[in-house]
Amino acid sequence: MKSIISYITEILKGIWTLLTGMKVTAKYFFTPWKHVTQQYPENRKTLKIAERFRGEVIMPHNENNEHKCTGCGICEINCPNGSIEIITKSLILEDGKKKRAIDQHIYHLGMCTFCNLCVKACPTGAIVMGQNFEHAVWDRSTLTKVLNQPGSKIMEGVKD
Amino acid sequence: MAFNIYDFTTLTKSIHEGLSSQFSPTATLAIEWTIVGLAYLLFVALFGLFLVYAERKVCAAFQQRMGPMRVGPWGLLQTIADFIKLLMKELIMPKNADKFLYNLAPFIVIIVSFLVISVIPFAPGLATFDFDIGIFFVTAVSSVGVIGILLAGWSSNNKYSLIGAMRSGAQIVSYELSVGLSLITMIILAGTMQISGIVEGQRDMWFIFKGHVPAIIAFFVFIIAGTAETNRGPFDLAEAESELTAGFHTEYSGIKFAFFFLAEYINLFIVAAMATTVFLGGWMPLHFGEFESFNQIMDLMPGLFWFFFKVLGVIFLMMWFKWTFPRLRVDQILNLEWKYLLPINLFNILLMAAVVLFGLHF
Repeated sequence: MKSIISYITEILKGIWTLLTGMKVTAKYFFTPWKHVTQQYPENRKTLKIAERFRGEVIMPHNENNEHKCTGCGICEINCPNGSIEIITKSLILEDGKKKRAIDQHIYHLGMCTFCNLCVKACPTGAIVMGQNFEHAVWDRSTLTKVLNQPGSKIMEGVKD
Repeated sequence: MAFNIYDFTTLTKSIHEGLSSQFSPTATLAIEWTIVGLAYLLFVALFGLFLVYAERKVCAAFQQRMGPMRVGPWGLLQTIADFIKLLMKELIMPKNADKFLYNLAPFIVIIVSFLVISVIPFAPGLATFDFDIGIFFVTAVSSVGVIGILLAGWSSNNKYSLIGAMRSGAQIVSYELSVGLSLITMIILAGTMQISGIVEGQRDMWFIFKGHVPAIIAFFVFIIAGTAETNRGPFDLAEAESELTAGFHTEYSGIKFAFFFLAEYINLFIVAAMATTVFLGGWMPLHFGEFESFNQIMDLMPGLFWFFFKVLGVIFLMMWFKWTFPRLRVDQILNLEWKYLLPINLFNILLMAAVVLFGLHF
């Protein structure tokens, strides 16, 4: 008798769990406006990329063409696969002292794994992750980028 | 009772008379056969394409996706493009394959599907065969399909194909029982095996309402067993992609693969059509006994539309199952049949017999 009761309750429980699953999928089916897929090239105008999305490494410049990079090379050391090359130059200040400055911050987008380690390691916050993700190019040499803009210099007051 | 649904026998009779006046009886028969064959081929090809599209869209909606959207508006032409691609593909023959059986297998599978589809009444007078033993014919012929699957697996000279075919064989042979027994339950209520008689018996009320509890149990057993028979839904372990690449049709390409693919969707249609015919009244509109005005409103929609409305409803239910439930293991599948469905079914036949005997149905 006990086994018969457990047999029947097992069936009913099984049906109940199946119905629970069907309820979930039915909710998905009948709310088509909540679909997660987006029609990408069509919705380019209204596309919203999350702030934390890691599309590429960029170096923000202000309106005077100034950045915060001191050329310390910590990002280059931290990069696990050598996507960053730092080329420095020395500036001679007014008082005759020499000071290190960035000449070219070379970034190989084609090698980058978007691990964010360079951004985290940067002591002055000179580089950040940008949201642009449309990186398709015809020639892979264009994937090698110089992040500091030509003629740019370091911002006043940024020290290493 | 006012009953003015268009009867297709008048159309077929006029065609027959027109042909008989022009040709000899043998030529008439040959022409009629050709017309019927072409009609079925056209229907199966178009409905198969539609079902593939519907499956992809329904599946997408269940998974919060959109499905095909690029080819044509809302991806409507996607399956046509896929079909053209399949037709142009190379037919590959595996090394050391049994050539004769390898070529034969897809034809067995698709011929069986065509045989079963011939007894389904789409509308009044719109069925090719109307045997006295229609239901028996359906169950008998549909079980031949497993031979095609076994042959495909055996002749491919591929262990995955063979395992898939063997699983499919074990599954179909087991679930045949449940399909047959659930149909027998309804035959007790209908009192006939003739499909037109079964549909006619549902004129005042569909069998699923007429037979209340046992009929509803039989309906769900039939849907579960029918899903297993067609090798789809949670019972698709014959072609479990993650384990067996594609199961019995791994080695098939081009049009031969298309035959298996098409047969799978025709079988889906057949199961839905049988469920519709036996449980949901076939082409019969929704009637409730004595409510004359309600019945007359329901009669406004033609039988063909009622039939496809119900068939698509059942197909949607089966797609819902497929995209909700996880795949069963091979031992779980046999457990479900032999330990659960079969005892429930046998008990259900007793219940239905008692209901009919004491006149407890509506």
